[in-house]
Amino acid sequence: MSIDEKTYGELREIAARYPEGRSGLLPMLHLVQSAEGRITPEGIEACAEILGITAAEVSGVATFYTMYKRKPVGDYHVGVCTNTLCAVMGGDAIFERLKGHLDVGNDETTDDGKITLEHVECNAACDYAPVMMVNWEFMDNMTPERAVEVVDDLREGRDVHSTRGPRVCTWREAERVLAGFPDDLADEGPAAGPASLVGLGIARERGWTAPGREAGGAPAPAIGRDQSAEQADTARAGTEEKIDESPADLQHDRNPAKGEDAQ
Amino acid sequence: MTTSPERTGAEVEHVTLTVDGVQVSVPKDTLVIRAAEQVGVQIPRFCDHPLLAPVGACRQCLVDVPDAGNGRGFPKPQASCTLQVAEGMVVNTQATSPVADKAQQGIMEFLLINHPLDCPVCDKGGECPLQNQAMSNGRGESRFSEGGGVKRTYPKPINISANVLLDRERCVLCARCTRFSEQIAGDPFIALIERGALQQVGIYEKEPFESYFSGNTIQICPVGALTSAEYRFRSRPFDLVSTPSIAEHDACGAAIRVDHRRGKVMRRLAGNDPEVNEEWITDKDRFGFAYAQLPDRLTYPQVRDESGELRPASWPEAFAVAARGLRAAGACAVLPGGRVTAEDAYAYAKFARVALGTNDVDFRARPLSAEEASFLAAEVVLRGPGDGGVTYADLEAASTVVLAGLEPEDEAGTIFLRLRKANRAHGTRVLALAPYSSRGLQKMGGRLLPTAPGDEPAVLDSLVGHSDFGLDASSVLLVGERLATVPGALSAAARLAHRTGARLAWVPRRAGDRGALEAGCLPTLLPGGRPVASPDARVDAATAWGVDRLPETPGRDTDQIVSALRSGELGGLVIGGVDPDDTSDPAATRAAIEAASFVVALELRETEVTRAADVVFPVAAAVEKAGMFVTWEGRPREFPAVLSVPHALPDLRVLAGIAEELGAPLGFRTVTEVRAQLTEMGPWDGERATLDEAAPAGAASGEGLRLATWKQMIDDGSLTDGEPYLRATARAPIARVSPATYATLPAGTAAVVVSGDRGELTLPVEVADDMVDGTVWVPARSAGAGVLAALAAPGSPVRLAATETPATPAGASDPAHHGGVQ
Amino acid sequence: MSEISTLTPVLTDNWDAERSWTLASYEAHGGYDGLRKALSMEPSAVIDEVKESGLRGRGGAGFPTGMKWSFIPQDNPKPKYLVVNADESEPGTCKDIPLMMASPHTLVEGVIISSYAIRANRAFIYVRGEVLHVIRRLQRAVQEAYLAGHLGKNIHGSGYDLDLVVHPGAGAYICGEETALLDSLEGRRGQPRLRPPFPAVAGLYASPTVINNVESIASVPSIIANGAEWFASMGTEKSKGFGIFSLSGHVKNPGQYEAPLGITLRELIDLAGGVREGHELKFWTPGGSSTPLFTAEHLDVPLDFESVAASGSMLGTRALQIFDDSTCVVRAVLRWTEFYKHESCGKCTPCREGTWWLVQTLAKLERGEGTEADLELLLDQCDNILGRAFCALGDGATSPITSSIQFFRDEYLAHLTHGGCPFDPAASTVFATAGAH
Repeated sequence: MSIDEKTYGELREIAARYPEGRSGLLPMLHLVQSAEGRITPEGIEACAEILGITAAEVSGVATFYTMYKRKPVGDYHVGVCTNTLCAVMGGDAIFERLKGHLDVGNDETTDDGKITLEHVECNAACDYAPVMMVNWEFMDNMTPERAVEVVDDLREGRDVHSTRGPRVCTWREAERVLAGFPDDLADEGPAAGPASLVGLGIARERGWTAPGREAGGAPAPAIGRDQSAEQADTARAGTEEKIDESPADLQHDRNPAKGEDAQ
Repeated sequence: MTTSPERTGAEVEHVTLTVDGVQVSVPKDTLVIRAAEQVGVQIPRFCDHPLLAPVGACRQCLVDVPDAGNGRGFPKPQASCTLQVAEGMVVNTQATSPVADKAQQGIMEFLLINHPLDCPVCDKGGECPLQNQAMSNGRGESRFSEGGGVKRTYPKPINISANVLLDRERCVLCARCTRFSEQIAGDPFIALIERGALQQVGIYEKEPFESYFSGNTIQICPVGALTSAEYRFRSRPFDLVSTPSIAEHDACGAAIRVDHRRGKVMRRLAGNDPEVNEEWITDKDRFGFAYAQLPDRLTYPQVRDESGELRPASWPEAFAVAARGLRAAGACAVLPGGRVTAEDAYAYAKFARVALGTNDVDFRARPLSAEEASFLAAEVVLRGPGDGGVTYADLEAASTVVLAGLEPEDEAGTIFLRLRKANRAHGTRVLALAPYSSRGLQKMGGRLLPTAPGDEPAVLDSLVGHSDFGLDASSVLLVGERLATVPGALSAAARLAHRTGARLAWVPRRAGDRGALEAGCLPTLLPGGRPVASPDARVDAATAWGVDRLPETPGRDTDQIVSALRSGELGGLVIGGVDPDDTSDPAATRAAIEAASFVVALELRETEVTRAADVVFPVAAAVEKAGMFVTWEGRPREFPAVLSVPHALPDLRVLAGIAEELGAPLGFRTVTEVRAQLTEMGPWDGERATLDEAAPAGAASGEGLRLATWKQMIDDGSLTDGEPYLRATARAPIARVSPATYATLPAGTAAVVVSGDRGELTLPVEVADDMVDGTVWVPARSAGAGVLAALAAPGSPVRLAATETPATPAGASDPAHHGGVQ
Repeated sequence: MSEISTLTPVLTDNWDAERSWTLASYEAHGGYDGLRKALSMEPSAVIDEVKESGLRGRGGAGFPTGMKWSFIPQDNPKPKYLVVNADESEPGTCKDIPLMMASPHTLVEGVIISSYAIRANRAFIYVRGEVLHVIRRLQRAVQEAYLAGHLGKNIHGSGYDLDLVVHPGAGAYICGEETALLDSLEGRRGQPRLRPPFPAVAGLYASPTVINNVESIASVPSIIANGAEWFASMGTEKSKGFGIFSLSGHVKNPGQYEAPLGITLRELIDLAGGVREGHELKFWTPGGSSTPLFTAEHLDVPLDFESVAASGSMLGTRALQIFDDSTCVVRAVLRWTEFYKHESCGKCTPCREGTWWLVQTLAKLERGEGTEADLELLLDQCDNILGRAFCALGDGATSPITSSIQFFRDEYLAHLTHGGCPFDPAASTVFATAGAH
């Protein structure tokens, strides 16, 4: 089976979004998954052909990222966070329970082709731990019981809503959105879950604001520059020199925390 | 356009640093790992390779840098393969720093935890950087194994091409191979796949690692992860005797190392010659040596007896029979072929003039022209490095390189690599006169000047004063030997060079061609570039040779020799390694050999020529004799004998033997003696011949498509005989057409019959988007008996028809010819 | 910094607004005022303003944002690029995702102002792929911004053009490392690049590129709208301004708390209603799993770059994962180590092979099968990884191990004497508590 013409056209369209087409490869592979249900050889070859790179290079990319699947994925991809915090808070128990309930192992799909179960790494929702993802929609504050209900509802075709998002679509529909073809569900779901708002709630309750701002966010006139700010500027200028000069300092500045590294 | 800074002659700025307490001054931008080599400290390394971009991946080369040159140190050990030197920098390696030593030991321990430690059964054992450095920079015991560690395992080796096998367990993921493929060869058919500890080198299943340069990855692999199908389990490095040599497969002169054991070549490796091939060779250079070790090697002289059968003969008898036969045959000619060493070529040249009294000698055993002979005499001979000749370094520094009649990736691999490097390093513009942009051209970042066969003169002329492609003295024009088949093309090339100041070089395909030109194997040139037409030059040569006079009439070229033999004007023929199917008109060549009254053949293996000959001499292969090839640049490349074999003599010794029987001794019997004569004779310092310009042919006549063709690097040529793994990586033969041409075929056509005046070939058809309309490209020697024998002459009209017959790999559909003679 | 820390909602301030993710809601709360002001300034003045504010990168390393921008060589003829690092994946870190979900326009406005400052005409938001709804909201916000003329050609008549693409990742923690992110954005395997050249000189497509964290860029509109002094009036002398502190784990009310840098965990836990009832704080991460663990003795360390560093860890992403005394530290550390092994990109030896081995050594200890010597082996393995790896991932992998052995050596040994883990994993779960109450 080869990639159909419409998908092929859309793959080209993705590549055209970028100054250099190869930048489109990640979303293109998401689209391949949407169209094919997994990363297929045909999908790899189509990407290689469109981008003018070898299939080995595409393969190297497709096997590097965990969201790309070489085995067919079910209608719903259920990811249970078992990174430390979620695991401790109950993620391990949820994952074990689902394995037993669905009778599948990690990264396996139920016989009916409905659910693919996988344990996932931290999904940036630790304040909602333990967290489960269905087709990469948040299912916050899970319990083993609730998780079983969710997968049962999914298998039975009952609507399942994300705690911070819309009614969950299929995995292939989700992959299409990731490829940059929106599905018009952006306005579904809340702006924020309760944990996201807990600090703001306290501030509102206690009348705390940032300086010169009124509760609700309207900015007040900026305050005058003070002495300490000027001193701080001088100190930074010193830092700039130091960093320019010494590669040793750059190394020293390197932060094991991921994210922005020292320049 | 920029030129590489090291060639501008400007003084390179140096910086002084201290390595292990020793001060050393090195060019700025030098990496610490190489600065350390200057003071004699070898820092262990895996991913580092001087010809690949630094990557800093293996971390084996960590050193302590207490002062980065600014008074401050790095708090952590630094990878010396990515750190550039700085004035005043202080570096302490494992030799003096416990920190560096521990860091290196730590990395080595990590590298070994997942390594199988199977040195006793590994091909790399004994020459393995991992093994060696584990001994010098590692700990004796494995804490991982002691602690019951579980290694990552994979199924044993997998073929990543017919040639190359990968053992993933041994791999240390230095990525030298993938970086080579991507950066140097431009063939990223191998890539890192998977992630983390499961990361591995891989291919895409349907797209094996078929690169003309794949073998280099085996050589630069610092462990035993990559091995060749041809050498696997064959021998141990300490059982091998290594001899430096020069590759015989093209005119590039790549340095190689030949490893033999008990009289048999076991493998060949790339030599390191920064001026020529750097550290890379083609797979043909590396793997193509079995032809000299096949059972059909000739091992004794033969003479045709009264009954018409060839029978064994002693060397003296064969010399005598050959001399007698040639004398009786009347006028004789000499066709030495294009693969002989310069010394052997000299012997053929002198043999023709002194022993046979003729200028009928021509090394060109392929399509040629009188224009080409004139061009070679006027523009090519005697030019070399330092003598006006274009060099590899010039290619690298050139602003623009124009290619005409030359597909470097197929026909001159070392040039291809150098042009790709030039393009990547500083954007050298590569322009190719060709019918379509080949993958090779794309990999050189090149641009196509669409040119149908025959249109080269017009396109070359159009480059004079071209608004976009202005050429000047920083440009180079490379013309391939194929240009000889286009009337007026070489003349146009010379014109273009003279008008723009661009430098000109001629690139033949075969290793012996340029040396044969210098040695006088041309009907118009004596050794050292002496024009036959010049009385002074003839006298000069005659004096050197101690003969009264030399023949005055310029001789016949190969094509003329062929017709003269057929017409009976010539009777005798001395023929070297010539395959009739490579010549302008294979049928005519066969007929000529048939018609000749007496044929003396000098060959490695039995061929249709030796079967037709009256006397057959087994001659030594390149590996069995000392000799010299001359590169396309004009650079002499001497090499010693690797093996000594009793059953074959160098061509020059055979010719000397016959000449003595003819009563015209050549004055040498050995390579050393020939070299002495060559030196004594020296190059011609008189006037050069001038170019007789030829006019372009009129518009192509006849209906049909024009035939474009060249030889792919790995094809059915006889020098890859006996090496099935290499052959298996050959590009599949196809016919290539333009979209418009394809549109004239029934929809969905997968295979076509290409037919010409000499036969037809059935091939799968592919469309090249930018192929010049009205043209079809077919590989010259990859299907059947090849284009010249079984299809048509290059540039001549052919027809195309769809066929339902599935094209077979052999593709031969003309039973009159077969591929047996190679 | 003020004597009593109060929360200072700026980035989070509109999250409780009706349909806060829409352009209409954002603009009703003063959104895009900063952009209009910025467009009336010279680009270099925008850089100066951000420099003056003292804003330091919010993605973990804390590099001064304005200075990073000023490194972009404006005489370089190549196009300039702004890339937003929205690959939030550091375990414990969960601030950028809710920000982009609730107020994607804050980021979009920040992108436009920042791109204008560095004279980039193309910007990318590299967002991890595993957050579908966040991606929907970003896509919609970008679409709305184009329609409103905030993006595209000649933005609000300024003559300035900007195109913005939302780019999805595909599951690789390493892509949060800025050079790996660039390779990934170029359609390659996300493996870190050699530096130099630094991205400011040769980043995306070998062109000058600024890469900033979501929160850093999102802070820019408020700095431009309110002025550098306003921003600098919050926080500490060298760690100015506000930041989102993410509390997770065993606290009563986990969630997002936006406060000036320098607030303490004691204050934050207090705001969060305390540690889970009936339990004591055991250990916590100040800035995600890659930052060495802290314990109760560090409750009063001001959470600013300098103070946390001085106490032996790193502020990182202010990802405060709180673990109480029901948690086995060996299990926690093993799981993190498995994470680093899973996420190691494979490029360099110490990280690739080291994490492979660390997991085996730790797992053995966790099963109670090792010996005390294995602790020394672990520390030596960490010593051979820390500062030897190509990027910070390898370093990060050692942080939980070395710090946990420093603070909880006895607990490791208890696994050996106990012949396995002495903790009941069920006791630490959130539903265990729910059941108990």
